[in-house]
Amino acid sequence: MSNTAGGGHVSSTPTPGERSGTQGSVVRPYGDMTGDGMIQVSFTLPVPHDKRAEGAALQLAGKMGMSPALLVHAKAMGPEHTFFVVYGSVTHLVELDKVEVLERDFPLLSAKEINTTIKKTLRRPLVVVGACIGTDAHTVGIDAILNIKGFAGEKGLEYYSEVQVVNLGAQVLVPELVERAREEQADAVLVSQVVTQRDAHIHNTTAMSAAFREAYPAGAVPILIAGGPRFEEGSAKALGVDRIFGKGTTPSEVASYLIHAVAQRHGAATRQQPAKEQQ
Amino acid sequence: MSTPKVLELDRATVRRARSHAARLGKPVVELATSHTTVSVERATLRLAGLSGADHERVPWVNHLVDAVRDQVGIEHGVTTPIWDALRRDEAPDLLTLAQKASSGSVNFRIPEQRGEATRARRAAMAAVRPGIRRIDRQRAARDRQIARLGDPKQRPWIYLIVATGDIFEDIPQAQAAAREGADIIAVIRSTGQSLLDYVPEGATREGFAGTYATQENFRLMRAALDEVGKELGRYIRLVNYASGLCMPEIAALAGLERLDMMLNDSMYGILFRDINPIRTFVDQRFSRQVHARAGIIINTGEDNYLTTADAVEAAHTVTVSQLMNEYFGKEAGLEDWQLGLGHAFEINPDLPESFRLELAHALLARHLFPDAPLKWMPPTKHMTGDIFKGHLLDGFFNLAGAMTGQSILLVGMMTEAVVTPFLSDRDLALQNVRYVLNSAGGLVEDFHPPRDGFIQTRARHVLDEAITLMDEMSARTPTRGWSPLLEAIADGTFGHMKRPADQGKGLEGVARKADDYDNPATTLLEEGR
Repeated sequence: MSNTAGGGHVSSTPTPGERSGTQGSVVRPYGDMTGDGMIQVSFTLPVPHDKRAEGAALQLAGKMGMSPALLVHAKAMGPEHTFFVVYGSVTHLVELDKVEVLERDFPLLSAKEINTTIKKTLRRPLVVVGACIGTDAHTVGIDAILNIKGFAGEKGLEYYSEVQVVNLGAQVLVPELVERAREEQADAVLVSQVVTQRDAHIHNTTAMSAAFREAYPAGAVPILIAGGPRFEEGSAKALGVDRIFGKGTTPSEVASYLIHAVAQRHGAATRQQPAKEQQ
Repeated sequence: MSTPKVLELDRATVRRARSHAARLGKPVVELATSHTTVSVERATLRLAGLSGADHERVPWVNHLVDAVRDQVGIEHGVTTPIWDALRRDEAPDLLTLAQKASSGSVNFRIPEQRGEATRARRAAMAAVRPGIRRIDRQRAARDRQIARLGDPKQRPWIYLIVATGDIFEDIPQAQAAAREGADIIAVIRSTGQSLLDYVPEGATREGFAGTYATQENFRLMRAALDEVGKELGRYIRLVNYASGLCMPEIAALAGLERLDMMLNDSMYGILFRDINPIRTFVDQRFSRQVHARAGIIINTGEDNYLTTADAVEAAHTVTVSQLMNEYFGKEAGLEDWQLGLGHAFEINPDLPESFRLELAHALLARHLFPDAPLKWMPPTKHMTGDIFKGHLLDGFFNLAGAMTGQSILLVGMMTEAVVTPFLSDRDLALQNVRYVLNSAGGLVEDFHPPRDGFIQTRARHVLDEAITLMDEMSARTPTRGWSPLLEAIADGTFGHMKRPADQGKGLEGVARKADDYDNPATTLLEEGR
């Protein structure tokens, strides 16, 4: 591909220093030569396969910053769609110093590390109660996190020897959840909310957190976690929960967070106690 | 499905495997025949023509069965008290009776006089019979269409999934998939439907990661596939899911609306949905009796064990489950051609000789069940988001299917575990299947693994492990007083999930049959009338 569409044609050819990749913070995609900017994309357009369709594909490639673009494959997918594969050099530059990453504020631990940390900090199993609350019958989220079957190749929390899981399943009423959490002396409560019709997920979650604050003395409320595909990032405070987890969350992320949160609380509690005794 | 006997399995060993499965299964069948469930009773009312729901979408069958249960229990069967009430003019017809019962204004009783009970039973039988007749007519209609249009020209049959949540989006997608080469269309159900203790009503447009299974959705999709089948000159089969808490009702609806295959595993609901084991086995037996009558092919779900357990270490649990599914299926009246036993290509591709192990496992299933339409399922667990590697893995999966003579091939998508497949992903996946079948479809004829070589040895080993596991299950002293299979399920033998028989969802809907239990649907199904 480099013979037909080298990076040399592009106006923003990087300087030799940038090409070496050691000095500047500007990089370009790498095909088979530093700085050639080569990428490959595939997509489908809802047009029958003909000359015009191929032109349309090249137009899109151009608008995506591919110049020159090379249409290497076009195939009809039924009478009304065409599939394309395009190679080409992109004019865009990647400025590494401007890359922003939202870092996770807790370390991701392995199952073994999680189990040993629980043993060390709690000296008993960590109790997690989970449920789909309200009318929500979609247990796929809570099951993915809690059930041993797990999600994305990772086993769920049931699999961790030091985590005791109570999965209440679908359509659990808030008072029932609070009662079970107290009965089980839950360290954490996980609720899943998939249904978002008329903002049900927000109402249910706020009702849940309020019920827990009412039922428990201040500072003793279990760690409250809400999960679901439609929660806004950063809305945990407004919902009255400790943490929101969105789409694609894996069981080990939740477990790692729990360890982090429990350790924080535990640490805080042990630090506070001497202070109280002095009073 | 003339597979050469290339594995050279010892016939006595195979017989032993089957007798072990029968020994484990028999007490469970006894359990299933001595109990009934709310869902079996509701299915019976559906066969008697009761459909529809109230303004809150609670089906009338639920109202009526609940009312009978509250007053006289379901252990006598609901039909006797219901048709007794109709004979006493509590309501002019079944629907009105259900409506009145929902407001608590019907008195049900178990008729004490022999004559009264007999007359009520006779009336119930007369009401249920047309439902069974309609299932018979649908089966005949399928046979006629297949005779006219023909089956797919190639084996395996190509099985594709559609799932938009909206039946009116599913229809054009399913028709497009058929035009692209699919022989079988499965409409995935909405997440969570398996735990609903009622069947939703009407055409639905708001499912989650799938479309609700309803009678109307079944009817719409059946009509759409009949239409495209005529256009293509090949009968397109329709699949749905007879699983979860409403398994018997969905089976009845599938028979009434001429679905062709139903996912119906003996243990999936227990293990993966935490449905009570007794509820599951009772519901399953009835639903399989309906499937047997309707000429429906069941698809079992052994692939699922391999998503939680290791596909090499747990290979024998798949074999055990297949043997159990076969035993329960045949006991319920299914014939070999209706047993779409499942298995899957789920061995970690980084493991040395993983493909040879896959071939050994796939051949084992093929040889144990030579006349069953085995369902071969694609990799999911080791699809990582590297779509290029995934596409290659799917190619090897297709090749294994072709080499070992599998019957139904669920098309693997490289987007597995990434996104809902694009139009182009589906097309690429079908190209993958077509290339393999065109280039190597006949390889099953040439593929003779050498005697006592890696593949033969591995297959024998897995079969031996399966027999040992069944032996151990039978030999174990029951700690809870249940039959060995129930004890094993409670101990987490399958898929590492512990499911005791006195826990799980739907237990409250189970009742031990009284001596005077009557169910005209079961009678018709069991007597073949």
